[in-house]
Amino acid sequence: MTKIDRGVRYPVSFRLNGESVHGYAENRLLLSDFLRHEVGATGTHVGCEHGICGACTVLVNGLPVRSCLMLAVQVEDCDVQTIEGLAFADGSFNELQSAFNQRFAAQCGYCTPGILMTLQHLKNQNRDFSEEEIRDALGGHICRCTGYREIIDAAMDVMGADSRQTDD
Amino acid sequence: MKPPPFDYHRAQTQDEAVNTLMNHGSDVRVMAGGQSLMAMLNMRLTQPKILLDISGIPELNYQTESSNYLSFGAGVTQAQALNNARVVNEVPLLGQALPYVGHMQTRNRGTICGSICHADPSSEIPLVLATLGGEIVVRSETGQRIIPIQDFQIGLMTSARRPDELVVSARFPVARPEQRFSFTEIARRHGDFAIVAIASCCDGKTTRIGVGGVADTPAVREWPRLEPDQIDDALNELAWDLGGYDDIHASARYRRELIRKLGRDQIERIQNDQD
Repeated sequence: MTKIDRGVRYPVSFRLNGESVHGYAENRLLLSDFLRHEVGATGTHVGCEHGICGACTVLVNGLPVRSCLMLAVQVEDCDVQTIEGLAFADGSFNELQSAFNQRFAAQCGYCTPGILMTLQHLKNQNRDFSEEEIRDALGGHICRCTGYREIIDAAMDVMGADSRQTDD
Repeated sequence: MKPPPFDYHRAQTQDEAVNTLMNHGSDVRVMAGGQSLMAMLNMRLTQPKILLDISGIPELNYQTESSNYLSFGAGVTQAQALNNARVVNEVPLLGQALPYVGHMQTRNRGTICGSICHADPSSEIPLVLATLGGEIVVRSETGQRIIPIQDFQIGLMTSARRPDELVVSARFPVARPEQRFSFTEIARRHGDFAIVAIASCCDGKTTRIGVGGVADTPAVREWPRLEPDQIDDALNELAWDLGGYDDIHASARYRRELIRKLGRDQIERIQNDQD
């Protein structure tokens, strides 16, 4: 049994985008706030803080999850991937980011990091996806600019199957 | 929108979790996936003294078949169940319902048992278990008891679990060959709370329907023999019995209409599928 009393800053160690990170977190600190305020990785955005909007989505052990619905102390020894880990080492965009750029899929950009992490999870599966599958995965994200068409187009450019429903 | 202070206990074994519940009882909130509870904590709708995290207990992460049930341990996530081919084959109603549960991102952490314990009236998983007539297994220091689902969910967000008890598994009856199932729901956005959810089951003779999102708990009705010309009247009676309520998503009248329309579509489909 691990017990962490209220008010105590507890050491947390995990891998963030492949690098070891050590920090301290109170037991009630959300993973999203830990990433932003303790680690300084502010690419992960925080929208609704109750799991609805999807802006804070990160990959924990390869799976997309809401970082606002997880405690920082729960990622001990986990692999966490955030938007900061997508670009290449020289700072150039990866394939998904380039497609977003090409398709004007980011407007205000608030929802973009979460959406890219969900799409990166699909991309990591190394297969093509139908538009329906991509729409289903993106159902867990809200874009207040309602730029969904461009977001789906960008995703289809990278991993879309032939079942594409739109014509360009 | 940040959780209130609590003491955090992470159990490594079932015994540790049960022991914590015996010692601290109603001061404890049990968290498995936390996909509802963390949101409630963030909004400070609940302020437990102790948050007991059971997500890391290996012995609760199993999906096994025993007698006529497929059992899900309290650590099994909705995504794990959805990826289990046996769920689709042996409990097809659950297989049909799971894609409606939250979103892919929340199913990766949300659990089958946690959703049942949370007892939200519009939740899909408690509705499936109620329609199938499954059971919940709880454990305390004094032993184990098995609670039929109709006795478990006793009200809005309220279950018959006693404060010293841990829900360890949920048992879903395995489908018999002659049974047909159907699940559907209407929500503002796929994955959002259901305005009305309908689960139905037909074995060639009896027709059973479960309705979620309208009453405080899933409402299940069974007809020994439902002829095609009786369906409308039966559903109309059910709709009026449940009544429904007005809120910002839908009126009571619209909810009753969904029971009639969706119910009829579902029942006709699975009755015709028999032949």
